[in-house]
This record gives sequence, C-alpha cells and structure tokens, in this order.
Amino acid sequence: MAETLRLEVSRYRPEEDSEPTLQSYDVLLDALNHVKNEIDGSLTFRWSCRMGVCGSCGMMANGEPKLTCAVPLTDYDPAQPIRIEPLQFFPVVRDLVIDMSSFLEKLSNVKPWIIRDDVEATEAVEFKQTPAELDAYKQFSMCINCMLCYSACPVIGLEPEFSGPAAIALAQRYNLDSRDKGKEERMDVLDAHEGLWGCTYFGECTKVCPKNVDPAGAIQLYKMASATDYLKSLLLPWGSK
Amino acid sequence: MSGGAHEPAAGLKLYHPPMSLWWWLERRAYFKIVVRELTSLFVGAFAVVTLLQIRAVGDGPEPYAAFAAMLGSPAFITFSVVAFLAVLFHALTWFPLVPTTIVLRVGEQRVPGNIIAGAHFAGWLIVSVVVAYILLRG
Ligand code: FES
Repeated sequence: MAETLRLEVSRYRPEEDSEPTLQSYDVLLDALNHVKNEIDGSLTFRWSCRMGVCGSCGMMANGEPKLTCAVPLTDYDPAQPIRIEPLQFFPVVRDLVIDMSSFLEKLSNVKPWIIRDDVEATEAVEFKQTPAELDAYKQFSMCINCMLCYSACPVIGLEPEFSGPAAIALAQRYNLDSRDKGKEERMDVLDAHEGLWGCTYFGECTKVCPKNVDPAGAIQLYKMASATDYLKSLLLPWGSK
Repeated sequence: MSGGAHEPAAGLKLYHPPMSLWWWLERRAYFKIVVRELTSLFVGAFAVVTLLQIRAVGDGPEPYAAFAAMLGSPAFITFSVVAFLAVLFHALTWFPLVPTTIVLRVGEQRVPGNIIAGAHFAGWLIVSVVVAYILLRG
C-alpha cells in the first residue's frame, strides 16, 4: 500500500454538534480533497484557485494559520497526524468554514478604494503614476484577504472589535497611493482604540502573511503618522494641516 | 439574508470558539511578547524611582541621604537587579523591532533595517558609557 498520512480534522456539524470535535482520516498524500472525494463527502472547507491567489483556503495546520494550497505535505512529519482546524478567532459555520462577515465589515469601514472629490466616479480620467509612486504602496496591495493575519493575532481573539492587520494595511495601501485623497477620512476611522491603537505589536501577522505584506509594519508606521499629526496639532499654531 | 451587508446569513448556528485564559502560553512568540509587555512595568517603576530620587535631591541633603540609604537596602538592591534584567530583556527584544516603525530614505534607497536597529544599539552603548564614566570618575 502507498504511504499513508493521518489527518485530524476539526468537524462542526451545526445540526447535531454544539462544538467542534476531531475526526481522523488516514489518507494518501492528497489530503483534504482526497478525503472529500474518496472518504467523506460531507467534509466542508473553502478553496478555489489552488495557487495561493484567491485567499480562500486558510486553515490552522498544527496550530499555525496556513494557506493550505501553498503548503506542501512534505513539510510535515508523516509519522505524526496533521491537525487541521478552522482559522482561529473566527466563528465557525461548518467544519473548516469560518464566518468572515466581521472581517468584511472591518474591511469596508476603512474605505479601501481611491477617494477623490474632484472627479465623478463615472468620469473617464487617467491619473498617471511614476514607478516610484507605485513602489510606495505596492507591497501593501499584495494582500489577498486570506485572513491568516487575523488568525495569528491574539488581539482579534481578545477584542473582536479591533480592525485587524489586513484592514489597516489596506487602508495604508490607499493612503500611500499618490492618486488618493482619503487619508484623513481613514484616519478618522482608524485613530481609535479599536483601530490602530488596538495593536500591541505581537508582529505575528507579518510572520504568517503568505504575500509578505508586512501588516505589522504598516500599522506601526500608521501609528507614527497619527502620533506625529497629534504632536503637530498640539505644538504648531497652524496644526496638522 | 439578514440586516446589514456584512452580517452572517440569518439562521446559521455559528460556533464561537472560546478564548482560553492561557492563550499566551500556547505559542512561544505570544509568550515572549507578553513577557516583554510585562517588563515595561519595571521600566516604569525604574522611571518613578528616578523621579523620586530627583525630588529627594531637591529636598536637601538629609532627605537625600535617607533616600540613598533606602536605595542601598538589600530589598532595594534585589529589586534593582530584577528591574535591570527586565529592562535589559525589554531593550534587547524591542530594538530589533524598531526598523518596522521607521522608514528612513537616503535619496531613493530605504535605509536597511539592521542599520536602524544597529544605530539604536550604538546609541544605547554610547549613553551607557557616558553614564558609567560620570559615575565611576569620582
Ligand atoms: S485555494 Fe486559492 S489561495 Fe489556496
């Protein structure tokens, strides 16, 4: 027989369970999809692109948030079972599927789009950008909204209202965009305890990010900007404007 | 669909995982950071002692002598040693993080993180040498 591997998967079937339980499967090296196709069709999880782009396959693998399509099984010791659980700090809908509505809410709160009041949204205008201007925000635009950073951040578990790493990094992505004029509007949302200042700088978000976005860095720079604005408004007669 | 645009669909029986009281022991990185946060209590305590010391200097020679005697008591020396270790841990784990909070550019180039962190360590060393010189001189 081919080599087998043991997966321990967190199951939550809302009709019959009040909390998740673990179920084990011995599988060939095709893991979750193999389980779903060959062993247990009721196992529920999200995935789509299988190439680390869509951000839908985030799960906890042995306690670490991972994009499951981007982690080779060879990274794991075949002698030990691999425990697969839904992303932590999120409510669970079923098995490995989490409810992401709080995340979507936080994301839209920071207005992650280009804000201008000088042109109509429907107007066909072109804003040119130099490569240097693109570089200023490019790193933060790589976010695929996979929510691994939320699952790595204990503040999300402790203070569910916290805007969280990806939303703040995305706000920063637009703030740093030379075409955008919405910095102050976003600061109004984020210069709050549940915004920037909820971050206690665990820095785990940056470590787990599969796209090297460095949300922790974005938040700290944002805090600096907010603190400098405050100091300026305090010390300079013409304020921060 | 229920009320707002970003609410879970109505009728779902969501499971809300509880957060363990011991979450900070579950990952090494969490533990290290919680310890670093706790060491700031010692950083704060040390600052308060220094402020009180400055006040004692202002109060005249006698109150200062009393304060100095208190600083020399075994209990206080123990506190100082513990506080010193805590401050040391805080600084050693904090300075490497500083580059993420500061973006310095020289021309087009971003100054590499280890230079910024290195500058902080160098500044710390220089201040320590100056303080040691002032204390040990007389
Ligand atoms: S399936 Fe799209 S990121 Fe993994």
